[in-house]
Amino acid sequence: MTTVQSVVTIAAVVLGTMLTRFLPFLLFPEGKRPPRFISYLGTVLPYAVIGLLVVYCLKDALPTALHGLPELIAILFVVLLHKWKHNMLLSICGGTALYMFLVQAIFA
Amino acid sequence: MKKQAFKAALPYTLPICFGFLFLGMSYGFLMHSKGFPFVYPLFMSLFIFAGSMEFVTVNLLLSAFHPLSAFLLALMVNARHLFYGISMLDKYKNCGPKKFYLIYGMCDESFSINCAVTPPPEIDRGWFMFFVTLLNHIYWVSGATLGALLGYVIHFDTTGIEFVMTALFVVMLVGQWEEADDHRPALTGIVCSLVCLLLFGGDRFMLPAMALIVLCFSLGRHKIARKEKEEARS
Repeated sequence: MTTVQSVVTIAAVVLGTMLTRFLPFLLFPEGKRPPRFISYLGTVLPYAVIGLLVVYCLKDALPTALHGLPELIAILFVVLLHKWKHNMLLSICGGTALYMFLVQAIFA
Repeated sequence: MKKQAFKAALPYTLPICFGFLFLGMSYGFLMHSKGFPFVYPLFMSLFIFAGSMEFVTVNLLLSAFHPLSAFLLALMVNARHLFYGISMLDKYKNCGPKKFYLIYGMCDESFSINCAVTPPPEIDRGWFMFFVTLLNHIYWVSGATLGALLGYVIHFDTTGIEFVMTALFVVMLVGQWEEADDHRPALTGIVCSLVCLLLFGGDRFMLPAMALIVLCFSLGRHKIARKEKEEARS
C-alpha cells in the first residue's frame, strides 16, 4: 500500500467511526425517538461484532498447515485465565506471551 | 468552574488511564513491529480513537487497498456507538460547542463514565463530561505513541505479537458472554462469520458476514416480536 492509499484507508476508517458517533445526533435532534429496529441493532450488534472480530483474527491462521492450532491453544488459555482472574491486562499479556512462545519455540 | 470540573473528572478516569496506557502501548508497539513510523499510531489514535478498530486498521493497512470495505467495517465494528449516541441524546444537550468534541471522543470508556456518573450539583456537567472525554483521549494517544517509540529502543523477536489483538477480542467476548443472559447475538456473530469465511475465503468474507449478521437480526427480531405479541394475547 502506498502512503496515499494508507491515508485514504485511515480516512475511511475515521469517517465510518465518526458516522456511528454523530449519526444519532444528526437524525434525532431534539426529543425525536429512533426507530425500534435501530435501537434493537444497537443492543445486539455489540455482541455479534466481537464474535466477528475473533473470527477475523483467525482468518489467516485457519488455512495454514497447522489449521490455527497455536491460536486455539492460546485462545483457550486466555479464556481460562480470564474466567479465573477476571483481569483484562493479565489475560491479554499472558495469552500473547504464550502465543509468542508457541510460534517462536514450539511450532517454529 | 473548569478547574472544579477537572478535579471532579480526574479520579473517575484514573482506572482507565492504566488500561489505556497498557493497551495503547501494545497497539503502538504492534504498529512499530509491523514497520510503521510512530506518526501512524499517533495520528490514528488521535483521529480514530476507537481501540478495537485501530487494531483492525493495522491489518487493513497491510492488505490490499479497499477503502469502501474499510469504511463499512468501521461502521459495523463501531455500530455500538449508535446505541451510545441514542442514550446520550439528552445528556449532551445544552453543552454548547463542547458537544461536538463530546460526540467525537465518545469511546466506550468515556461513554460509560458520562452515562453512569452524575457529578455533584455545584459542578458544571458539560465541563465534567468534557474533561472525562479529553483525559481518556490523552491517555490513549500517549499510550499509542509511547508504545511505538518504545519499539525503537527495545529489541526482541516480536513474532506473534499480533496475537495481542486476538487476546483483546477474546477477553471482550468472555466478558460479554458472562454479563449477557441471551447468547444468541454473540453466537450469531461467530457462526455467520465462520460460515462466510468458509464460503468466501479470508480476503473477502467480512462484507458478506456483516450483511448476513444484520439479516439474521432483522429476521430474528420479527420472530421475537411475533412471539411477544402472541404471548401478550394469550
